[in-house]
Formats: sequence, C-alpha cells, structure tokens
Amino acid sequence: MSGGAFVGMPAFPPFPRAAHEAVRNTTLRANLRHATHTIRDKRARAVAELDDWAELREAGKRIKDETLRHLDRYLEQLEESVVRAGGTVHWAADAAEANRIVTELVRATGETEVVKVKSMATQEIGLNEALEAEGIHAYETDLAELIVQLGKDRPSHILVPAIHRNRGEIRDIFREEMGAWGRPAPDGLTDTPAELADAARLHLREKFLRAKVGVSGANFMVAETGTLVVVESEGNGRMCLTLPETLISVVGIEKVVPTWRDLEVFLQTLPRSSTAERMNPYTSMWTGTSDAQTADGPRAFHLVLLDNGRTDTLADEVGRQALRCIRCSACLNVCPVYERAGGHAYGSVYPGPIGAILSPQLRGTGSEIDASLPYASSLCGACYEVCPVAIDIPEVLVHLRERVVQGGEVTRRGVKVTLKPARGHAAERAAMRAAGFVFARPGALRLGQRLASRTRRFHPRTLPGPGRAWSAARDLPKVPAEPFRDWWERTRGGAAQGSGRQEVSGK
Amino acid sequence: MSSRDLILGRVRRALADVPDAAEGPAGDGSAYEAAVDRGYAREHGGRTPEETVDLLAENLADYRAIVHHCAAEELPELLARLLAARGARTVLAPPGLPPHWLQAVDATRVRDRAASTPHELDRVDSVVTGCAVAVAETGTLVLDGSADQGRRRITLVPDHHVCVVRVPDQVVSSVPLALGRLDPTRPLTWISGPSATSDIELDRVEGVHGPRTLEVVLMSGE
Ligand code: SF4
Repeated sequence: MSGGAFVGMPAFPPFPRAAHEAVRNTTLRANLRHATHTIRDKRARAVAELDDWAELREAGKRIKDETLRHLDRYLEQLEESVVRAGGTVHWAADAAEANRIVTELVRATGETEVVKVKSMATQEIGLNEALEAEGIHAYETDLAELIVQLGKDRPSHILVPAIHRNRGEIRDIFREEMGAWGRPAPDGLTDTPAELADAARLHLREKFLRAKVGVSGANFMVAETGTLVVVESEGNGRMCLTLPETLISVVGIEKVVPTWRDLEVFLQTLPRSSTAERMNPYTSMWTGTSDAQTADGPRAFHLVLLDNGRTDTLADEVGRQALRCIRCSACLNVCPVYERAGGHAYGSVYPGPIGAILSPQLRGTGSEIDASLPYASSLCGACYEVCPVAIDIPEVLVHLRERVVQGGEVTRRGVKVTLKPARGHAAERAAMRAAGFVFARPGALRLGQRLASRTRRFHPRTLPGPGRAWSAARDLPKVPAEPFRDWWERTRGGAAQGSGRQEVSGK
Repeated sequence: MSSRDLILGRVRRALADVPDAAEGPAGDGSAYEAAVDRGYAREHGGRTPEETVDLLAENLADYRAIVHHCAAEELPELLARLLAARGARTVLAPPGLPPHWLQAVDATRVRDRAASTPHELDRVDSVVTGCAVAVAETGTLVLDGSADQGRRRITLVPDHHVCVVRVPDQVVSSVPLALGRLDPTRPLTWISGPSATSDIELDRVEGVHGPRTLEVVLMSGE
C-alpha cells in the first residue's frame, strides 16, 4: 500500500499547512474557541450528575470490545434479525461499492431526490457526490449540514459541522443559495438564530413532505433484535426516518451492539458526552419495516453494512480500540490542537483526536495528510479522559507514529503488507511539520486540560521518526515525573529555537 | 466471492490474535453478560413515586416542555383550555385515544388514516396523544406507536404536541428501567423537550423540524 487514493475524498493538504491556514482565520478561531469551551464546560456538568459515570464508561468499553472480539458473529446475527423484521441487508467492502449499492437502490424507486439525515458514514464515502454524478440530488437536512451544503463547504466538527460559520455568514449563505435549491430565504431575513432556524424549517419542510426516499446512518444497531437507533436534536432525522416510503441506512460494521439492554449504557453516556444534555431531544428506534396496515414508516428498509477500512483497523491490536468510538465529539472539544487548527485541517470527515487515529487507519498512511495526522497532537491525554468508551487516543497516536516512521506490518483491504519507513519522504516532512505546529504552541497546550501524568508512559527517550529528528535537535529529556507541558515551558526558553519550530513559524 | 463473505473473512483474519474469537459467544448470552461488567446503577438515588414524578416535571421543564398537572376527571377541561389558548382549529387524535379526553374540545377532530399524506398532516394545528413510558432522570417521553399514540409522523409534522402521561404508573426513574419496559419490535420515539438546534453559534433555538411547542400533562388518579 502506498498513497492509495481514498475513494470519494478529495486530496487534502497535509495537517500543518491546513492548520496554518486555519490559525490565520480569526473568525474560525474565535468561533471554535467559543464553541469548544461552551460545550466542554456543559459536558462536565452533565457528566457530574451521574455518580456511576466511571462504571458506565467501563461498561461501554467492554460492550464494544466484546462486540469487536466476535464481530463476525454479531454481524451475522444482526443480518438475520433485520431480515426477519422485513429489511434487506447489503454488504459494502469499500466506499465505491457502498455508493453503487445506494445509487442502484434509489434508481430502483424511480426517484431523483433523496433526503438525508447527517451521517458520518455517508460523508466518509462521499455519497452525495456519487449520487449527484448519477443525477440524484441528496438534500442534507440537518441545519448545520444544510449550511455546509449551501455554502459549498466542508463540515468542521462532528456534532456542529458549521461551527466555523457565524450568524452573519449563515444569513448570507441562506439569502444567496436557498433559492437555487428550493424555497428561497424569506425577504428581510436577519441574522438572529431563531429567524435563521425558521428559514431552514420552511426551506426543508417542502422537501420532507414530498420525499419518497430517505438516507441515514445509525448510532447503534442491535444484533439480537435488528433494531437501529438514530440520536438527534432537530427532528430532521425523524422526518427522514418516518415519512419516506423507502429508507436506506448506511452504517459502519462497528456500530453493532449485541443486546437491547446495551442501549441503557450508551443512551446515558452519548447525549451527556456529546451535546451535554441529559438526553437529546429525539431518539428514533426502528426494527425492519412497517406493514401496510399500520403504515407507520417506510415500507422498504435497506441496511448497507460498510467496511471501508474498518476490518483493516480491527486487525491492528493497538489501533482497533478506535472502533469503539461512538462519535460523541467530546475529544474534539477538549483538544488544544483542534481548538487552534480547526476541523478542516484534519483533511477528513473525522476531525480532532479521533480523526487523528481513525483516518490514518481507515485510509492508510500513504498520503501526506494521513501520515501527518498522528503528529497532530501534544499527547496531553485530555481526549482519553473525556472519552465515554475510554479509547486511549495517545497510545494509538504513538503507535501510529511508530508505524509512519519505522514502517511495519499492516493490513490494507484485508491483505497483510509491510510498510516501508517514511524516512526522507514527503510524508515524513509533513509529519515533521505537524509535530512542529503542535510543539510551537505551548499556549495551545496550556489551554488544554491538565496534562495527566499518565501520558508520561508515552514519552520514549527519543520520539520515533520525525520526532527522532526533532528530539535530536531538542535534547528530549527523560520526563520521568514532569508533565510534558511543564517540561516544554521550562526548556523552550533557552535553546528553544530548534529546527521544528523554525520551520513552522516561518510562514 | 460475495462482499459479505469477503468482509466476514476479513473480520475473522483480523481477529486471529484473539484467543477465543472463533468460539463465539455462548448462545444464551451468559458469556457475554459475564464479560460486560454492568456495575453501573439501575437508577440514580432513591425516590418515592411522588418524588420521581416531581423530578420528571422538573426535567421536562428544564428542557422547555410546558408541564401541567391534573386529576383524571379534570383532563377534558384542561385539554380544551390548552387547545383554545393555542387557537387550534384542528386537532388530531390517534385512533385509540380515550374519546372522553377530547369531549370538551371545540377544535375539529381530524382522524389519522394510513393514507393520510404528510401534506394533510402539515395542515393540522395540534395533536394529542398518550405515551408508553416517561423517564424522570432525563425528562423523556417515549412513544411506542400504541393505539393512543398513533403513527410516528402524527407527533412530528404538526407544530403543537400535547402528551398525556398517566402518573405515577407510566413514570420510571431511569433509562435502564425504561428500556426494560419497552418492546424493541415497536417503532419507538424518545422525546426530550421540543426539537432544538444549537448549530448557529451554539445559541439554542427551539423547534427546527419537530413540534415547536411540547406540552405535557401529568395526569394522576386514573
Ligand atoms: S473517540 Fe471517544 S470522545 Fe472522541 S468522539 Fe469517539 S467516543 Fe467520543
């Protein structure tokens, strides 16, 4: 494997270059800072309400681990249950196959429009673009996704994809673009959030009411019952899941959980970690199709189970824990690097700490962006602390850094291959600059949560690869008892003008 | 090879390092339950049924549902008042709603039929339903499509939803207790306050697509 183009994704500049652009964008930075800090504080309060949070977190971790251990069995069981309930199950090995399946399913209905509820999986595979190429219009219905789609933009946050836009920009986008997509924005639209939301309600309602095909993802799939779960806030999910005649759900294979009872854990941890609410406004659960008599929801239901690099990730003993992720985005909101760099810098639909470990595993580290992602972190450990399924993101980051630099055995598309070390390649230089970006910003580090002493075990004497070059120039100390941040503060004063820093600050 | 076999084959090879992966979980799920330590609480704190209802009311209101209390015999009058205050000209009632609930209501009753189009529903002013269970700790109502709750779309398209909860019987403390009462084969909708978005600079705005006004009647003594 090397540089294998990732189907459905445009080429992205490596992390450091994109991050620099973001840092220069003051609107973006102010919005991000406001947003991440607001959610971060609220989340802490929502979590503190439950005195058994640690136990819920541990149970969530174990449920996911047990599922992954026997993933083949649970997928087969899920398939059986969905089929028993009247649904049809499709399997897609990669993005291209998933897009093909969905396109054919939509074609078979004779429709040329679909309504979509925000889904990471369909963004990951570039479904909207693939449908568009076949003459099928996919309308995003989540308010933020609508803003992104109308603005011909990319999402920058898992949960608040338009976090980089402020109200004035949103009003301008609505005024200029809504008319071309359907019902135009009302005359005299101002930039108050309530008016903007109302404009979106009117614009999208005509699409919901006439939609014949809905496309969704899912937060959870229950193997024993065949139930799918979608957690949302706005009601656009309910619209897409209940009004159309045909529903197509594209879901990563790691979203399966064994039992109905398992939901009792995630329905407590997900809303609190994600929107910092006791419960999100709407959660929909459905099992198969509805019969003609009750006519409650779609008569045809298709589940597309997506691999697209997940089984390769599963093959990595350290990296597989990334598949536990329930996409709450708590790790983004506490990440000092994300706060500075913004979501777009990660060059993937999965930004922030989880993106830094998931994208290089799903896509491989052949491209500059993917090779640089494991370096887009200060290893401060705040992401691990807040993760509701206890993914040890720093551990995986260090592991992936080694992989980039030293090479080694990995699985790509189901086949074991040996990666060559990236030394001297463009990928290494990108990684090097990413490390430089992070280390040149002690202020960013300080903004993070306390540097847990636990990260100390990730401090090798010399950092692998780009880190090695860096540490050679910087004289990396042993860091036995001193948090990284303190060490940084202390040492950067004197000989702190090392090559890594020079390189990034020389705009 | 089909993609199904391809993917399942990849999964099995990926798990080659896992000692007992091939054996799989025991059929009765006991091995699974043993591996998953459910050391978390079934509910948080001990409350009397009355206190649980109070907590429900508090959390519903915190997420901006409008909460009313009444005794069973007061319900028809209360519903009539709520709908009149709203100025509702039409009200939709699911087929199994007790007929006397709406006996005092002036608004024209609209019947939901399997053939009703979303556009027809969009012209309805208000909808009145019961619920399957309510969760106090989270301020959540769960609808399961029973005859007094109707199809999912009837509580989605109209802009005003009045939901009647029979207290204390339909109220549980926690999410785990609620799941135990629900039937996964039914279409389920969990509702916690009116629809909302924080997508614009994180300012919370109520009501994007679902009903913008959610009123909850906690009815006792039935
Ligand atoms: S890695 Fe953990 S904290 Fe980050 S999005 Fe996934 S579940 Fe949430």
